[in-house]
Amino acid sequence: MLELLWLVPAIPLIGSLILILTQGKLPEIPAGIIGAGSIGLAFVVACLVGMDFVASEATAYSQNLWTWMKVGGFEAGFTLYLDGVSLVMMFIITGIGFLIHVYATGYMHDDPSFARFFSYMNLFVAAMLILVLGDNLLLLFMGWEGVGLCSYLLIGFWYTDTYNGYCARKAFVVTRVGDASMALGLFLLFQNLGTLNIQEAMVLAEQNWEVSSGVATAVTLLLLGGAVGKSAQLPLQTWLPDAMAGPTPISALIHAATMVTAGVYLIARTHVLYELAPEVQHLVGIIGAITLLMAGFTALTQNDIKKVLAFSTVSQIGYMFLGLGVGAWEASIFHLMTHAFFKALLFLTAGSVILAMHHEQDIFKMGGLRKDLPWSHALFLIGTLALVAIPPMSGFWSKEEILASALLHEGSYGLWLMGVAGAFMTGLYSFRLYFLVFHGKKTHDGHEVYGLHLQGPLVVLAILSIIGGFIHIPVEDVFPVVEEHHVSLFYQAIMMGLPLLGVFTAWQVFIKGKVDTAKLTTGFGGKLHRFWFTQWGMDWLYDRLFVFPYTGLAKLNKNDFIDSIYNGTAKLALFFHGLVSDTQTGQLRWYAITLVSGLLLLVSIGVLL
Amino acid sequence: MILVWLMLILFAGGIGAWLAESRGSDHPRAVALAAILLDLFLVIMMLLVPDAMGLGGDSVAELGQTGEWLVLMEADWIPRFGVSFIFGVDGLSMLLVALTVFLGLIALGSAWGEIKERSGFFYFNLLWTLAGVIGVFTALDLFLFFFFWEVMLIPMYFIIAIWGHENKEYAAMKFFIFTQVSGLLMLLCILLLVFFHFQNSGVLTFSYFELLGTDVPEALAMLTMLGFFIAFATKLPAVPVHNWLPDAHSQAPTAGSVILAGVLLKTGAYGLIRFTVPLFPDASVAFAPVAMTLGVVSILYTAKVAYAQTDLKRLIAYTSVSHMGFVLLGVYAWNAQAMQGAVMTMLAHGLSAAALFMLAGGLQHRIHTRDMDKMGGFWGVAPKLSFMAMFFTVAAVGMPGLGNFVGEFLVLLGSFQVSHTITAFAALGLVVAAVYSLIVIQKVFHGKNKNNYKMADLSAMEMMCFGLMMIGLIWMGMYPQSMLDMAEPTLRNLDVAFP
Repeated sequence: MLELLWLVPAIPLIGSLILILTQGKLPEIPAGIIGAGSIGLAFVVACLVGMDFVASEATAYSQNLWTWMKVGGFEAGFTLYLDGVSLVMMFIITGIGFLIHVYATGYMHDDPSFARFFSYMNLFVAAMLILVLGDNLLLLFMGWEGVGLCSYLLIGFWYTDTYNGYCARKAFVVTRVGDASMALGLFLLFQNLGTLNIQEAMVLAEQNWEVSSGVATAVTLLLLGGAVGKSAQLPLQTWLPDAMAGPTPISALIHAATMVTAGVYLIARTHVLYELAPEVQHLVGIIGAITLLMAGFTALTQNDIKKVLAFSTVSQIGYMFLGLGVGAWEASIFHLMTHAFFKALLFLTAGSVILAMHHEQDIFKMGGLRKDLPWSHALFLIGTLALVAIPPMSGFWSKEEILASALLHEGSYGLWLMGVAGAFMTGLYSFRLYFLVFHGKKTHDGHEVYGLHLQGPLVVLAILSIIGGFIHIPVEDVFPVVEEHHVSLFYQAIMMGLPLLGVFTAWQVFIKGKVDTAKLTTGFGGKLHRFWFTQWGMDWLYDRLFVFPYTGLAKLNKNDFIDSIYNGTAKLALFFHGLVSDTQTGQLRWYAITLVSGLLLLVSIGVLL
Repeated sequence: MILVWLMLILFAGGIGAWLAESRGSDHPRAVALAAILLDLFLVIMMLLVPDAMGLGGDSVAELGQTGEWLVLMEADWIPRFGVSFIFGVDGLSMLLVALTVFLGLIALGSAWGEIKERSGFFYFNLLWTLAGVIGVFTALDLFLFFFFWEVMLIPMYFIIAIWGHENKEYAAMKFFIFTQVSGLLMLLCILLLVFFHFQNSGVLTFSYFELLGTDVPEALAMLTMLGFFIAFATKLPAVPVHNWLPDAHSQAPTAGSVILAGVLLKTGAYGLIRFTVPLFPDASVAFAPVAMTLGVVSILYTAKVAYAQTDLKRLIAYTSVSHMGFVLLGVYAWNAQAMQGAVMTMLAHGLSAAALFMLAGGLQHRIHTRDMDKMGGFWGVAPKLSFMAMFFTVAAVGMPGLGNFVGEFLVLLGSFQVSHTITAFAALGLVVAAVYSLIVIQKVFHGKNKNNYKMADLSAMEMMCFGLMMIGLIWMGMYPQSMLDMAEPTLRNLDVAFP
């Protein structure tokens, strides 16, 4: 069955092609069947392949399809590579992808561009699968760019609204900055090792590079540039909140469960390189720690339900980066998986709430919805508990593993402190969201939209969010073995207690009303609130540093100043032409005078010299 | 002889088309179509069964391995001056000839419903330009080469000057002067080169093969090389000699733009690879850093100017300059990856730019404006057209899986081994390309249809043209090896001979 591996990305691609070639004109039912069905089928094939792979007890399986390009000493093939990590990713993408597709058939019901939506979604899944299955960095880069394109297409899906287009472009361009850096990383890697094959490169690097050598540092830094772009980490995280302009299912699929975690995957995939550059690896952890805190504060100030979740995603990916930074590769992939479960659940449930509120996303216009929306309430609560990492929910196990690793890793105590501080923030902002939406005074009625394709996937995701922590991910052969960590009871208590403290604080503030939140938004508090709300002013800064100068200078030079040089030459020629032709008056008198005076001038010059 | 036939068919077809106008204005296009289809048939046969077409060997790939010319013919022309007919194709020329004929068909398709006035003379010019381009890609006598260089220029001047838009005289004159002045420079330098060769060996010849390795005095080698370089850089075009292009493109009729962007620009790149570097290897090495820098400046500067344009065709014209910057960079990085990348970029850009100009021309034909500020929301009115625009824009942005990516990636991969700094700047081109491309999609196809334009979506004829170009780009993107293999022997020989 292993040789069916190529079908896993091929089936969604075919689904997408069918929907495109029918010009998006297929009615909802066939389009939905093709759209969701192709992902379901891909999941089934993935399961068959996965069972065979596990049964074969091989560490890896690779399947060469054809040679992509072979130039000089450079070679890259369309070769798929399956090992423990890509297996986990493949299941997440097809499995969760399928659930989200099913949900989307309900969410996008009656949208005039229903088929177009699914053609993009299928294309996305295909590209994402290529990203995680590629055996060389060029093929990975193809998937990487492909998911970026689909992200752009889907954020701007409702294209008549100019704002959506702006958000889509921003997402594409900002991540492209990272991509350019990543491309340079590939060039440098190739120049030094003569290959872009991931496994070969890691072996060669270990043989040829010294720890902390310049080339190791440079390559990993450049790849990190790509990773922070795609995974919305500092300093390229600004695009993700705007990406929420897209339909909610894509926020769940692309901007929570799969694409934004590609950076984590990239670093984990090339972990040997990062181990050769410990400074950069530490930097990964620092970026993660700072991002998770900053995003936590920002999440606390948002009033759009999806934006809160978006910043929460940024923050959670920060945890994954933190894990990578302290060498907890397995824990990071583990958190990637559990996060995919509960964040997909949260986004889709948020989608249900938005549907129930007739496309209202402002949480201050919600409130007290737990009676009106019992299903959404229960599901959202499960997702929130998993996000806050309350045992025994899935998020607890993975986050605990990351934090424990940080604690035990040498020189990472600071990272650990920031991580647990972030855990408090997570409790606070998550339950702020939950309380504001489902508790308190009811202002508007909600009308739950029911349907098997809406609630069905949510229930599955909820179950996964609860029990996901007990799933074993088969990555022992991929990552170096870590010894069992034993954290003292004191630290255990802190790590379990702080999220609860966050929840308690939220309860005190938003249910009990112990703190007047209105007061917090005036004076210094107001300034701080604004500062956090605007992502610590980073958009403002980037606009002034990059966007305005670029667009401004471009507009200033719209007419291409080089052109004026040529036009100037032409004008000069015309001017002299005019000057000379003016002397042609046709009057004999004038000719005689100029002739004589010219002669006199020449003679006098001759005499004088 | 097969090569001569390719040109003769077009020359004769051109005259036939002109004469056919007296029978009705629809007749010329039929004659032109027949001529181009016949050429296309011959080219396809050359690719598939080279043996039967007198190319020797069983397949192009097999021939390629030996690194020899696939076909070479020689005949006297003006023996007193050492001028002769030398035509030949190798893998590189073959690819470009195939591109030329293919885009000729596309150009014909775009002119089909658009050109009504003086159609006979129009198709005459179109076919003669194409014949001139094929001549440029196959001529291996420098005098002959220069002859075809002129043959492709003058009909194009007429196409812009007669069938162009509101400012056509200005644009046509500008195009003519830029090309003519730089062409004159090249002619002078050809004569200089021939003179030096004569001085050294006592043989007066314009043959490419004889002139290779001519010992030019060092002081003059750089100057002579520059003459060639400027002529080809103007055609490419590269900053700062690019200014004819935006005007020519915005004023030319659609078919003119298709040929200009798709094929004519490639003659500049071809000239650099075939003539400038091999004829003046030492001077070229010394000049390479400057050329690569010009390439990067072209990429970034014109990308920025493109972003600010409101005239759709002008914008696409500037992006063309930006993309050709990658070609310049690749040629002067002069290693296997970079040169292959340059060739792939030439081919892929030929299709993607031709398609984008055809879309812009189609839009102008439908709504009679090129001003993007008046457009918007066309996705709702013409979904097929918009989809195509999205596809070719995405290709131009360099999406992996499509041809342009392969070219730009290989160029950067190769040039990175020569200069980290220059390549780092060039890689910024990936970012700015996204900036200017997406703004087009935003202004024209997304947003709201403010002026309530109504238009017919793509016709079956147009869909066929775009479909063919789409398949071409996907082919190049997914299986570039088929083309890389063809160009490989030529480039390898160059790389070995002029390290």
